[in-house]
Amino acid sequence: MTSTIEAPRSPYTRSSKKSSVNWEKWGWIYMRVSGVVLIVLIFGHLFVNLMVGEGVNALNFAFVAGKLSSPFWMVWDVLMLWLALIHGGNGMRTLVNDYATSRISRGILKIAILVSVVALIVLGTLVVFTFDPCPAGAPADLVASFCKTL
Amino acid sequence: MSTATIDQKPAVPEEIKSFTVTLIVRRFNPEVDEEPHWQDFDVQLYPTDRVLDALHKIKWEQDGSLTFRRSCAHGICGSDAMRINGRNRLACKTLMKDLDVTKPIYVEAIKGLPLEKDLIVDMEPFFDSFKEVQPFLVAKSTPVDGKERQQSVAQRARFDDTTKCILCAACTSSCPVFWTDGQYFGPAAIVNAHRFIFDSRDENAAVRLDILNDKEGVWRCRTTFNCTDACPRGIQVTQAIAEVKQAIMRGKA
Ligand code: HEM
Ligand code: SF4
Ligand code: FES
Repeated sequence: MTSTIEAPRSPYTRSSKKSSVNWEKWGWIYMRVSGVVLIVLIFGHLFVNLMVGEGVNALNFAFVAGKLSSPFWMVWDVLMLWLALIHGGNGMRTLVNDYATSRISRGILKIAILVSVVALIVLGTLVVFTFDPCPAGAPADLVASFCKTL
Repeated sequence: MSTATIDQKPAVPEEIKSFTVTLIVRRFNPEVDEEPHWQDFDVQLYPTDRVLDALHKIKWEQDGSLTFRRSCAHGICGSDAMRINGRNRLACKTLMKDLDVTKPIYVEAIKGLPLEKDLIVDMEPFFDSFKEVQPFLVAKSTPVDGKERQQSVAQRARFDDTTKCILCAACTSSCPVFWTDGQYFGPAAIVNAHRFIFDSRDENAAVRLDILNDKEGVWRCRTTFNCTDACPRGIQVTQAIAEVKQAIMRGKA
């Protein structure tokens, strides 16, 4: 029985270990896809907050509390939070890869980016879904004035 | 029959005036200098002279130690890419009349490759990237009539732009991503991969796409367009890189 061994499809490449997921490719695609979605989310957000109705004068605690009690804006804000933070974090990772000169500084900076992105995403998501402007039983002088009327 | 007489004097061609141009050249002699330094030279030139002629005049008439590469002097061998007033150009294709000669002209070696002497850099890292993308036809099948691999006009036109590369390194050494650590394959290697990836006669597109799908491959490109601006052959370098990215995402050329 004879067997022939196929020539390797990929000869030598610089990164010796090839993982099954190509993070650089998916990172590149993610930057573009999230960018397109962020255009709608960010400009929609700015338009609704700053221009519709009374415009910027309407912005106060009650306005934000009102938005955060509507499921539509909760989904909108959470999407914006996750997409923008991962986008920004991945963009910063690109810059670190460009400019950090040693393996150690590169590692430290990338871990710092990861930690801050994860912390902000967790805190932000928590706020959006658990926000309650008038917690039951809170002293009146610590909560917004409109809570009395509820 | 009358005798022909000259009643008008032949027009004397207007004299073309020469002018003095100051060139400020970044010099480096590894045997004596710690650091490169700028040195100025005044040269008498015509509008039709090129930066290469100015360098020749300096070398032949003022300072024989000035070191640079050139061979064809006609924009085809790719030896004399240099940074002229901050932009990568071929010295042999940059005319005085296209520069502002009221100001000094700054000439230095291309960036991102190890400086060897004056305007000469070590091109080996550049050629290593070029070699890695297999810049040659790979075809195992036998041609239909046993002689030629035929191609339609449209198939040939698909990769025509990238056949024009003269490997001058102007593009790669104008790329800010290449400047950072020199690990990125660089535009020239991608242009020369494109030349074969989209060639209907070639059978190794998948391998080249794999090579450029690497961490240091096409994804490092940030669409700065410096390469397209620098290319003395007018190749749409950034577009070629984008086409390779698309081909990687499709999984085929
Ligand atoms: C308006 C919506 C946005 C769009 C359309 C957008 C688009 C993009 C694209 C396409 C890239 C990739 C550039 C490249 O690889 O060549 C990028 C990079 C980047 N983005 Fe955004 N982006 C948007 C919002 C944001 C926001 C809100 C942040 C901050 C949280 C951000 C931070 C970054 C960073 C740090 C980079 C990396 C820069 C670099 O690679 O040089 N972007 N953006
Ligand atoms: S693509 Fe243009 S600039 Fe780049 S090496 Fe080839 S000829 Fe020179
Ligand atoms: S000397 Fe050959 S390209 Fe300029």
